[in-house]
Amino acid sequence: MQYTVFAAIDIGSYELEMKIFELSRAKGMKEIDCIRHRLEMGTDTYATGKVGNEKVEELCQVLQSFASIMKGYKVSAYRAYATSAIREAKNQIILLDYIEKHTGLKIEVLSNSEQRFLDYKSIASRENEFNTIIQKGTAIVDVGGGSIQISLFDKDSLVTTQNIRIGNLRLRERVSSLEYTYGDVEHLIEEFINSDLSSFRKLYVKDREVKNVIVVGDYIGSLTDSPSVSREEFLEIYDQVVHSPADTAAARFGIPEESVSLVIPSLIIYKRFIELIEAETVWLPGLNLNDGNAYDYALKKNIIRSGHNFDEDILASARNIAKRYQCSKSHIKALEDLALNIFDHTKKLHSLSARERLLLQIAVILHGCGKYISLSDVSDCSYSIIMATEIIGLSHSERKIIANVVKYNTKPFDYYEGMRASLSKEEYLTVAKLTAILRIVNACDRSHKQKFKNVRVALREDELLLTVETDQDITLEKGLFPDKADFFEEVFGVRPVIRQKKGI
Amino acid sequence: MEKIDFTNPKYYTNREQSWLGFNDRILGEARDKSLPLFERLKFLSITASNLDEFFMIRVASLKDMVHAKYTRKDIAGLTPSEQLELIMKDAHELVNLQYSTYNRSLLPSLKQNGFALISEHEALTKDQAAFVDNYFEKNVYPVLTPMAVDSSRPFPLIRNKSLNIGALISKKDAGEDGELEFATVQVPSVLPRIVQLPDGKDGQKRGMLLEEVIERNIGSLFLNYNVVCAHPYRIMRNADLTIDEDEAADLLKEIQKQLKKRAWGEVIRLEVEDSIDARLLKILKKEFNIKEPDIFYIPGPLDLTFLMKLYGIEGFEKYKNKPYVPQPVPGMTDDEDIFTQIRRGDILLHHPYMTFDPVVDFVKQAAKDPDVLAIKQTLYRVSGNSPIIAALAQAAENGKQVSVLVELKARFDEENNIIWAKMLEKAGCHVIYGLVGLKTHSKITLVVRREEDGIRRYVHLGTGNYNDSTAKLYTDCGILTCSEPIGEDATAVFNMLSGYSEPKKWNYLSVAPIWLRDKFLKLIKREQANAEAGKPAHMIAKMNSLCDPQIIAALYEASAAGVKIELIVRGICCLKVGIPGISENISVRSIVGNFLEHSRIFYFLNNGQEELYMGSADWMPRNLDKRVEILFPVLCENLKKEVKHILDIQLADNVKAHVMQADGSYGKIDKRGKTLLIAQDYFCKEAVERAAKPHDPVQTRVFIPAEPIEEA
Repeated sequence: MQYTVFAAIDIGSYELEMKIFELSRAKGMKEIDCIRHRLEMGTDTYATGKVGNEKVEELCQVLQSFASIMKGYKVSAYRAYATSAIREAKNQIILLDYIEKHTGLKIEVLSNSEQRFLDYKSIASRENEFNTIIQKGTAIVDVGGGSIQISLFDKDSLVTTQNIRIGNLRLRERVSSLEYTYGDVEHLIEEFINSDLSSFRKLYVKDREVKNVIVVGDYIGSLTDSPSVSREEFLEIYDQVVHSPADTAAARFGIPEESVSLVIPSLIIYKRFIELIEAETVWLPGLNLNDGNAYDYALKKNIIRSGHNFDEDILASARNIAKRYQCSKSHIKALEDLALNIFDHTKKLHSLSARERLLLQIAVILHGCGKYISLSDVSDCSYSIIMATEIIGLSHSERKIIANVVKYNTKPFDYYEGMRASLSKEEYLTVAKLTAILRIVNACDRSHKQKFKNVRVALREDELLLTVETDQDITLEKGLFPDKADFFEEVFGVRPVIRQKKGI
Repeated sequence: MEKIDFTNPKYYTNREQSWLGFNDRILGEARDKSLPLFERLKFLSITASNLDEFFMIRVASLKDMVHAKYTRKDIAGLTPSEQLELIMKDAHELVNLQYSTYNRSLLPSLKQNGFALISEHEALTKDQAAFVDNYFEKNVYPVLTPMAVDSSRPFPLIRNKSLNIGALISKKDAGEDGELEFATVQVPSVLPRIVQLPDGKDGQKRGMLLEEVIERNIGSLFLNYNVVCAHPYRIMRNADLTIDEDEAADLLKEIQKQLKKRAWGEVIRLEVEDSIDARLLKILKKEFNIKEPDIFYIPGPLDLTFLMKLYGIEGFEKYKNKPYVPQPVPGMTDDEDIFTQIRRGDILLHHPYMTFDPVVDFVKQAAKDPDVLAIKQTLYRVSGNSPIIAALAQAAENGKQVSVLVELKARFDEENNIIWAKMLEKAGCHVIYGLVGLKTHSKITLVVRREEDGIRRYVHLGTGNYNDSTAKLYTDCGILTCSEPIGEDATAVFNMLSGYSEPKKWNYLSVAPIWLRDKFLKLIKREQANAEAGKPAHMIAKMNSLCDPQIIAALYEASAAGVKIELIVRGICCLKVGIPGISENISVRSIVGNFLEHSRIFYFLNNGQEELYMGSADWMPRNLDKRVEILFPVLCENLKKEVKHILDIQLADNVKAHVMQADGSYGKIDKRGKTLLIAQDYFCKEAVERAAKPHDPVQTRVFIPAEPIEEA
């Protein structure tokens, strides 16, 4: 049997964890070892904006020992991810360089949307259960140290996902001084989070029936042995943890005593949410970022195949954003088909991967969202919306690419000198290539009448031939096309040409 | 119904008294005329060294409590001073019995059977006297350091546990009424305690104790003096490293302060020859600041541990037990690597009936096996020159990841452990020096192997230390397994011992100090609930000591509810049997035999779904609260049967078993009309038989080609 030994490292807000997995086609994901070390870096970052020296030293020490454990297992690949404690640290770059020099480990800082996507993937790694649950209205409430992510699913697809910047560690730090004076933490936290949760419900849940809540967070898996509990059972567990002394709760559920203070805010958040949307069943898969990390790695390396299409989740969340800003659904649909058609036929020219294909698709979906705000300044408004909206599954860099592609769809293209401050060379090139495609595609439906329905794309030596089968008048499109074609030619050296073929 | 307070002190026995009772049972073996003579000598020697340890640790600790004015009552409701009073009384009785056994029974039997120990030098023949004097001059005199005490020379430091001769001397020129001075000389511990004299004409062997040889020649040490009298004496000090953690934990700081005030450990026991000169005794009493109850007047040689040396003298094999050779483990072979054999199914090891070799081989083969990634092990007490240590060092040199937890706090072995630990570190092992505030007492080895179908973990879990020498003397059990859930737990144990966070969940192992006590209480409560529901309820527990108040109270409660509880407790047992309405359903037996009973096995009927556990922990507060211990279940059905069989045989023993009576004393079983059964002998015989049998057909299945039928 072929298998890969993989190490997933999570540098979290209050804990460092490494999991060793055996990944194989035959057995899927198998956890071999889990090593955890408690280190509250978040308390530094959230209070001072930096991770203090003492904690950095401790972090390096633990990572060094992780590295030697990895060596012991003869690990063939690893991915070490850092989340909000390092992401929000002002000294991030210096910090990462220092850690790398001292431990030899390469650490990637995940954006919130990437991190949440991996958390989400961890749940999806339990394929059968997951696919059944999300047939009905389901919310995933993922509580981290720095923020909460709430994602909504309905009939198999992602409806929305929102981030609220109040995680359990942040909450604990905020209320701890108040707790000393007033005592009743439960009430304080409830009040603190109520308004955010209520607006989430008003904006996104509306009258949707959400029966299932999947709760994600550290130590949540220890609270019960069964994968799901009823709301009543959940409230019972809640009562046993929140309303008993930390040591009793720790002993009863087998949670480290020092972690109880973090489990409590998480539970209060879950409880408030469950009450608010009147969920019936609570799922506690007890998985975390490292499971998602390994699952994602196994998918990428084709070790494991998944029945669930994760790109569809990313697209769904992009479509929901488009819907919120009232973009034209039919216009987008026509453009998507054409854009992907062109992308697929010009691989020789752009040599981009499937990932960029996805980015192009999202750019198409979101290209008109700025119209919601201003018809005269669409490009800048679209850019701002995209930069301010999290799209789950995308890194910050990917979102930046999409925002720029959308911006230069209508704005004159800036050359590298004008963009070098915000984009790397690779990013810039991707922006240019995707913009070139988006521009000609957009030009093909200037009238928003979807005249270009059956387009055959053929790449000739020096031209890209778009053969359109339509009886409609395409004078407008044809007339505006050369303008857009110029830029395409500039980028790819091939001129796009439209040829109309009338039906009989 | 009136609620019974199961924690009432009157339901409990003081642990020191119970311990002295255990030593008394060993003394019983020394007095058992059915045993070979030299074995009896050995048992008497063991009672003596046990008593020494008892004084150094338990008595010392109680004395400390008294000095610190600590008056908390023990499990039986006694204050430290009350306990001291009781146990000193028992200790004196025990010593009297030791020496009456020695003088009346063992010494005459020895002479009768060919070894004469000459106890007074006046009884030497002329030739013998010449031999002794020559031996003294050549071998003894050069290493003696006589010390006199006068105004310019203060009283010297007398070492703990050393044997000394005290003398009163007076200047030769001062005449009869000269002033008496005190002098002392240590009987050198570097020389053999027994000086062998030339054999008699009939081949009889003869010996004399070293202190007698010195006494005979003591005049030559103080040339210008007359030696008025000379008598051996021996002291026991309160050594500062030996504070027991049981009750004293909260006291530790106070005691440490007390200790610092003293230049050296307080003298807590003085042994003197019963015929000692009163003037000499007075000086000793004053100098050691010791009171009458702590003085033992000995009618014979001091420090009977020399009998162990006597046991070693050659030529008396017919008066000793035939040494038992540990047998191969049934079903295991040397032809196949141990990992393949473990993969075939869990393997039960029962030492010393079965050999300890598989455990050593487990580590040895892992060290050489190219597929092994890591070896992790806890070491508590290892033997000198341990093959396991050597294998671990080799593994590290072979590039394996080797983590070893060496417990430095193992009593009396601190120094030894440090040496091994340093050696392992040099070889490249990752050595963990124990945990702050906790002793690591668990015995677990984990081997991680990268195999064709994935990473597989092999685990050895045991009840005894990884010590190949004591494995020949202690009865212990162990399991070799590659069960996945146990492998996961083992990994988690080592992660915890390496200082990482505790695991999110355990599959099968229960680990002290956090989870084990609750696990035991839960198991006992479950039997109780079954009994209360009218279902059959039964438990058997075998261990070395039972003195945890919470567990005992739970046992009382279970017994009161109707659970049948059979306890096999070798040593201390603070539980009382036969208390009406409380412990009528509990029986306690103690097996004292040739091997030291050491395994811990726990059986629970569980309404027919029998559960069996083994582990490293006794039911003592220190095991459950202050140590890292592991309890593991026996999961394989056939292994469960074997382990249950071990308990059944121990319960059927009617020769070596001492059964606790309602008054707290132990009595032997009335053997009339019964087939005699000695559990340890039974296991020896069984192991020999099972090893002789051909292996399991599955494992030695060889196709035998048929021979052509020969023509007639």
